[in-house]
Amino acid sequence: MTDPDAALARRLLSRMWLIRVFEEAVSAAIDAGQLPGLVHLSIGQEATAVGTADVLGDGDRVYSGHRAHGHALAVGAEPWRVMAELMGKRDGVCRGKGGSMHLVDVAHRFLGATGVVGGTIPLALGTALAIGPAGGVAVVFFGDGAAQSGYFHESLNIAALWKIPVVFVCENNGYAEFTPRSSHTVVERVARHAETYGIAAATIDGNDVLAVRDAVGSLLERARAGAGPALVECLTYRVRGHYEGDPAGYRDAGEVATWRERDPVAHFARVAVERGWLSSREVETIETDARRSVADATTRARESPDPAASELVEDVFG
Amino acid sequence: MGERTYIAALRDATAIEMRRDARVHVLGEDVAEGGPFGATKGLADEFGADRVRNTPISEGTVMGIATGMALAGLRPVLEIMFIDFLTLAMDQLVNQAAKARYMSGGQLACPLVVRTAAGAGRRYGAQHSQSLESWLMHVPGLKVAVPATAADAAGLLISAIRDDDPVVVVEHKLLYYRKEEIDSIEPVPLGRAAVRRRGRHATVVATARMVSEALAAADELHDEGFEIEVIDPRTLVPLDLDTIVESVRRTRTCVVAHEAPVRGGVGAELAALVQEHAIDSLDAPVIRIGAAPVPVPAAPALEDLYLVGRVEIVGAVRSLVGRGGAVA
Repeated sequence: MTDPDAALARRLLSRMWLIRVFEEAVSAAIDAGQLPGLVHLSIGQEATAVGTADVLGDGDRVYSGHRAHGHALAVGAEPWRVMAELMGKRDGVCRGKGGSMHLVDVAHRFLGATGVVGGTIPLALGTALAIGPAGGVAVVFFGDGAAQSGYFHESLNIAALWKIPVVFVCENNGYAEFTPRSSHTVVERVARHAETYGIAAATIDGNDVLAVRDAVGSLLERARAGAGPALVECLTYRVRGHYEGDPAGYRDAGEVATWRERDPVAHFARVAVERGWLSSREVETIETDARRSVADATTRARESPDPAASELVEDVFG
Repeated sequence: MGERTYIAALRDATAIEMRRDARVHVLGEDVAEGGPFGATKGLADEFGADRVRNTPISEGTVMGIATGMALAGLRPVLEIMFIDFLTLAMDQLVNQAAKARYMSGGQLACPLVVRTAAGAGRRYGAQHSQSLESWLMHVPGLKVAVPATAADAAGLLISAIRDDDPVVVVEHKLLYYRKEEIDSIEPVPLGRAAVRRRGRHATVVATARMVSEALAAADELHDEGFEIEVIDPRTLVPLDLDTIVESVRRTRTCVVAHEAPVRGGVGAELAALVQEHAIDSLDAPVIRIGAAPVPVPAAPALEDLYLVGRVEIVGAVRSLVGRGGAVA
């Protein structure tokens, strides 16, 4: 396992805290009636986003699914502009026309999220074909639910066939919407599917940001070297329901409590202090800074005006 | 350049664009072998397997791959062998390709071209014979070309490849092997109709295979003393409504003819537009000609009944000019 220096530990912890606090602020804004629409939070899954983003190169490109805020923030999207997008404001990354499930931030290599489960997996293949491997690798985040889609299976086949430089990052949080994985398939591990199609695959602890960073980093290097696609299955858990407002009565309190004890942010903070990478005070400062920066971002987003009426018909031909 | 078929013209246009622009890639089932109709024949030899890529039979995913290529700056031309199979790829086309530019607030462009064979008349049965262009026309963000001639097939395809938005070129398979004199292959702008024949007694707006049927009808009606104007919109989106409305204002009657079923079809949209923009000029309601609301039958005797054409157009025009329209 990587032995991070203080700078790396600070970077990883800061980014995870940012995502955590950002999504708590999203939830609060929904409760306050300031944020419309259908919103899926990734609280509890921050390590997969941050560990992956930390090893991306400038030429790499990223796609995500419907639970995408963390991925966009992890690759560098400005929090206030993501928040403005979720609030439907003019300064949103997509000028308010995408929303929570359709974030795009080209300047930060984030080519898109999707509201159609599995829908960005083929897009990542096409983009990887266009840019790579010399120009970069495409990374696509998706959940275990998407692993039952035709897109996933067809994409595994074609990625292997054409040796496409794409890294599949499956966040296996155990639930496809309201239904546990065991109700969708008899195959226990998503990684098994990849192996069937001739793709290198590993299953790792998705709540360990260093494990994610190491695994994705080596798969990216491999893809850059021309070895083709690979898949990493990150075992993780979403602490919130499928969407904000989902009471998540389909899982028992014990299960949630067990996973809360394995919280990726708290876990890494503890490890960083234990190993002497960060002091307790530094850890506290990182959290405080994240809270302040998200509070500022939320205020700035709230103050952004609605899109102009003319935006309705812009960015599309009549 | 002499006599060319529609399919050869499509192939010429693709090769021209591939030579001109290294970003143009072709993919689809069997395209390296030329495909079942020969639209990509020889391209793999000239441009290599990386730019002319055979795909597995995974239409939805391959549509997504082509879209992902386009989002990263390439200009993919995807062949969906039969438009019937486009149903498998509609999610990617409708939810990703068509919406990428808008949903991203203009950050993304999706210069994707989909070529696909539509139309009945070859005894292929219900799942290889449909005309689904009205579905495509309904989706904001998609452009739709329906070439009726070899020159237009090539010219519209070139414009589609150069366009920064997704364009579906709906080709009619009964036109593929018709020969036509072509002087040279030139881009045909999207959104400009062609007036195929001038006339003053009735306007017939016809698409794809129905253009030649309308011209045959016009010949027949000419012998009866009626001069029919035949307009081929060439693209459904964008639509050259001005040319249609200007014609209807002169002729005071309008027939819209397409091969697909009438219900919910392109003709419904065109008839509504004509009535919205030229109601004062119309002597009679717009008549729509198209198929009955049935799947395309396989039996020749039944498919021939399914297919509308010259006879129906002649009948419709006669009924219009006979009920108070201008008389020769």
